[in-house]
Amino acid sequence: MNFEIDYVKKLAKILSDNNLSEMSLENGDGAIVLRRETQNNTPAAATVQPVVQQAAPAAVEPAAAEKKPVEEDLSNYKKITSPMVGIFYAAHSPEEAPIVSVGDTVSKGQVVCIIEAMKLMNKIESDVSGKIVKVCVENGTAVEYGQVLMYVE
Amino acid sequence: MFKKVLIANRGEVAVRVIRACREIGIPTVAIYSEADADSLHVSLATEAYCIGPAESSKSYLKIPAIISTALISGADAIHPGYGFLSERADFADICNAHGIKFIGPTGDVIRRMGDKAQARETMKNYDIPLIPGSGIIDDINKAKKICKKMGYPVIVKATAGGGGKGMRIVNHEDELEENIFLCKTEAQKFFGNSAVYIEKYLKNPRHIEVQILADKFGNVIYLGERDCSIQRRHQKLLEEAPSPAVGEKVREKLGRTAAKVAKAIKYEGVGTVEFLLDESNNFYFMEMNTRLQVEHGITEMISNVDIVREQINIAAGKSVSIAQRDVEIRGHAIECRINAEDPERDFMPAPGQINGYVAPGGYGVRVDSHVYSGYVIPTYYDSMIAKLICWAPTREQARRRMYRALKEYVITGVKTTLPFYQDIIEDPVFTKGKFDTGFLEDYQNRKYKKD
Repeated sequence: MNFEIDYVKKLAKILSDNNLSEMSLENGDGAIVLRRETQNNTPAAATVQPVVQQAAPAAVEPAAAEKKPVEEDLSNYKKITSPMVGIFYAAHSPEEAPIVSVGDTVSKGQVVCIIEAMKLMNKIESDVSGKIVKVCVENGTAVEYGQVLMYVE
Repeated sequence: MFKKVLIANRGEVAVRVIRACREIGIPTVAIYSEADADSLHVSLATEAYCIGPAESSKSYLKIPAIISTALISGADAIHPGYGFLSERADFADICNAHGIKFIGPTGDVIRRMGDKAQARETMKNYDIPLIPGSGIIDDINKAKKICKKMGYPVIVKATAGGGGKGMRIVNHEDELEENIFLCKTEAQKFFGNSAVYIEKYLKNPRHIEVQILADKFGNVIYLGERDCSIQRRHQKLLEEAPSPAVGEKVREKLGRTAAKVAKAIKYEGVGTVEFLLDESNNFYFMEMNTRLQVEHGITEMISNVDIVREQINIAAGKSVSIAQRDVEIRGHAIECRINAEDPERDFMPAPGQINGYVAPGGYGVRVDSHVYSGYVIPTYYDSMIAKLICWAPTREQARRRMYRALKEYVITGVKTTLPFYQDIIEDPVFTKGKFDTGFLEDYQNRKYKKD
């Protein structure tokens, strides 16, 4: 083979500049194959898709309402679910800070939020212990029985 | 008209009410328990909320959950369907207290007619024919006197009773005291109220009921009668309208009497006045159901009136859409309640997954159902799959049409009462139309004698 080093360098640059993984050339003098490890495209960061529950009170669209929530991989986490139908509030009152936030550690029996039903503010206790990894419901929105309020690690 | 109606029920009747609301143009709110997440009424409604776990006491009977759902969804009316909270005076009152219209009569009217002994007293004052009977029994000697006068057999009934429970037949004075005691115990257990009264027991009467509609303007109309004599353990199996036992004269008398009952209590809404008819065609007021009934569909077929639509309109303050003189009863309709039960095993409930479903169709065939192929019938509620209703110009044609429709109907994966109805509809006694509430027992005796 009679490839001059400059020529090979040029080929290598073409490979790299164009993000190619392989190039092979043949001419009367011989053949050369250049291979390169290319970087895989990193997938877009697992964006949190809004969990579309059928219960959204503002959604008055017949038939089109989605029934299944779009799944992220939260299957390993414990859940705090709503024991009643009502309005979810993160804090005891509008002026106060949320009772818990992502990152807080909660213990079983600890109050984590308020659900208002018929003007009564019900303190909702967690029945699991751990660290809050996600709060699924927006302050002031309606929740139904069994709806996941928070995920706990 | 209402902005939004919440249906506080499930299954077939929830579908029925949602359909009526859709036709009027009112958005609907469905409530469901965790066991009903895949139920048809959930997908048909505009919005749906899970309100509790499977047990009825924690979901369909849980008043706070239902009211809370109505408030957050902005529903300004609640339709209770039948069963569940439909005849709970306290629920009607609670809806009212929250500014939500309960689609039905007021709590007071429900209370008045729900207390059977009190209803009898009210009817007495208005000259409505009653089965000879007593008021609430508080003294055994007084009871014995009353029964001696009426003549045995008598039936001891719980004043708060219903659904065939809290009733005891007494054939002889010697058995009276013990049966009163047993009835009171049962009444306390099932209804939380041990008060009982006594009526003369008509052995095998016909059960005839009249559908009435009444609005807030005082208009009351009747839409003919239904014959519900084919029952098993006081549960209706098959109903037909009009009654083959009732001639024009009695028909009109029944209708006018029922309207009189409704007017007397200033009724508003749809309701049914139940009578018993003896062999001499005398009829006696038995009780009034202050709600929509399962079998309302057969009356719709013969009268051409959409009863649920009327019910919603009346509740919204409109008048009954038709005058009595314009009511035309045409043809004959029969309904079979198809249940997930095994007729060969004493009608044992047989829930499970319906893996094949083809409903009958064609002229004069109506299927009111919430099931579909793949649907899993939950174990927590009643076993009704569908109401199959057939209409035709004459009773015999309706009977044949029903036979044809029953044969066409395919439901696989669960045991159903379809084969049972196929037999009944061909039975010679049924075909003649000369039967009473003793029909089923007689039919079963004849059937097993043959085998």
